[in-house]
Amino acid sequence: MTEPRRQYARAFGGLMLRDTRVLVRNFAPFVTRTVMNPLLSVFVFAYVFPKIGQGMRGGGASGANFATILVPGLIAVAMVFQGIAAVALPLSMELGATREIEDRVLAPIPNWLVAVEKIVFGGIQGVVAGLAVFPLVYLVPATPVDVHVESWPLLIVVIALASLASGALGLALGTIVRPQHIGLMFAIVVVPMTFLGCVYYPWAALGPIRWLQIGVLVNPLVYMSEGLRAALTPGLPHMPAALFLLALTLAVLALSFAGVVAFRRRTID
Amino acid sequence: MTAAIRIEGLVKEYAGPPPVRALGGVDLEVMKGEVFGLLGPNGAGKTTTVGVCTTRVLPTAGRATVEGIDVVADPPRLRRSIGVVSQYNTLDRACTVRENLYYHCRYFGMTGAESAARADELLAQFQLTDRARSLPTQLSGGLAQRVQVARAIAHRPAVLFLDEPTAGLDPQSRLALWDLIEGMRDRGITVLLTTHYMDEADRLSDRVAIIDAGRVLVCDTPAALKRQVGAETVLELKLAGNADGLAETLARIPGVREAVPAEGGIRVMAASGEGLLPRVVEAAAPHGLRDVAVSEPTLETVFIQLTGKALRD
Repeated sequence: MTEPRRQYARAFGGLMLRDTRVLVRNFAPFVTRTVMNPLLSVFVFAYVFPKIGQGMRGGGASGANFATILVPGLIAVAMVFQGIAAVALPLSMELGATREIEDRVLAPIPNWLVAVEKIVFGGIQGVVAGLAVFPLVYLVPATPVDVHVESWPLLIVVIALASLASGALGLALGTIVRPQHIGLMFAIVVVPMTFLGCVYYPWAALGPIRWLQIGVLVNPLVYMSEGLRAALTPGLPHMPAALFLLALTLAVLALSFAGVVAFRRRTID
Repeated sequence: MTAAIRIEGLVKEYAGPPPVRALGGVDLEVMKGEVFGLLGPNGAGKTTTVGVCTTRVLPTAGRATVEGIDVVADPPRLRRSIGVVSQYNTLDRACTVRENLYYHCRYFGMTGAESAARADELLAQFQLTDRARSLPTQLSGGLAQRVQVARAIAHRPAVLFLDEPTAGLDPQSRLALWDLIEGMRDRGITVLLTTHYMDEADRLSDRVAIIDAGRVLVCDTPAALKRQVGAETVLELKLAGNADGLAETLARIPGVREAVPAEGGIRVMAASGEGLLPRVVEAAAPHGLRDVAVSEPTLETVFIQLTGKALRD
């Protein structure tokens, strides 16, 4: 490595260490915000509903139980939530009123690498969140969950791409959305993304509503859910791997680009 | 002496709306090891000038180098040579005081052990050791500013930029920070200080540039700037009545160099105060004289003479 590159690597490492320290200090809130949504979702939909006889079936012709459908979807949602809670919300504050991003922007490292560090660290938190959620969605349901990994490489690639996409989404939202509009962002971005992200139903099951099936393809969460479905519950209908891998790669690139550009605009006049 | 900061024809325009020309061709040269004051009212272009020199503002035209490094060409390299204290508290709220120092050192490539040692050294040097585990939100304005200065010099920069460092501080914290800034000079660190307090610029700076509306008006030592006023005494007259013809009357009094209308009255510049006051009071009495302030020229007088307005509007 040339000397500047070694210095960039060290500064990047310093930024990662700082974020790790903050994560460790806030571990309890981190776990709480990570597990609450999937825990309650899986508890109500896959434990309470079957017990009280209120069926929810999204498996279509495959006959898979709803708990199995939920596993990949809820993991995907947990990852996306990390991108927003771990990257977008703090960043919006650090770029806004407190300007505390300044010391990191003034680190001896190119501006875009400070933004990329946010994506990478958000991605790591996404992976941790996915791992924390897995036992919940596996163990809580009243009906047995049918999870098996056919291809570990596929699972690893999907998790890597999905977590980077979450981090990049967090960077883009945190830099583009003004702090005063963060509440609105939940209403117009996060909620529709989740409900229309093929979390509670496989994409193929949307067949009868063709316009919706096409429309949700702009939602990156669809490809995370479908990718995890292909990797964890291959028995369920899912998109072809080539399609969701391509779409996730494009989402990572597009969101990262938008986020890095917006980050630069927010930090350099 | 060689230049630590060289600024040539610096222009910065913001697209707006409305479009703003923040810098209209600034030229400056700050020598190595000097404390240089940039004095001007709010909106004069001080923060923009510092922003360009610290890689946070891209110039529209012109050129700036710090320690011989072009600020646009290689920002990461330049940042190794500079320390920055901005007018806001930009301490990392999620980290303790010690961690603010520690991680800053890590960003600048020090190892864990080096960073820990440097953080502890700075805590002791800035009398912050008992605050090491406090969060920035628990600090008073003066303490937070002290931590910001400690953090800014943690990587041993050659040039320190202080943007309005004492704005909003209580008088005691202000004096404490002045001592710190004087300490920088003793350590050979070049300091560029922006301020709208003329006493601050006067007391701390080896040289001062007065800036207004994006242009440098004058640049010299505080003593030379005050001499340039051409008067030893300044009398500020406040009048209840109108000042018609008074300026001309006053200007004819022996020893008076200049008498000009000022806010609420007239300003008289005179060679010496000896025997002058009774004659001035006598002349001004019919115009409803209600207050006279006698002082030596200050940097504010220089600013008023140059721009016809006060530093703090």
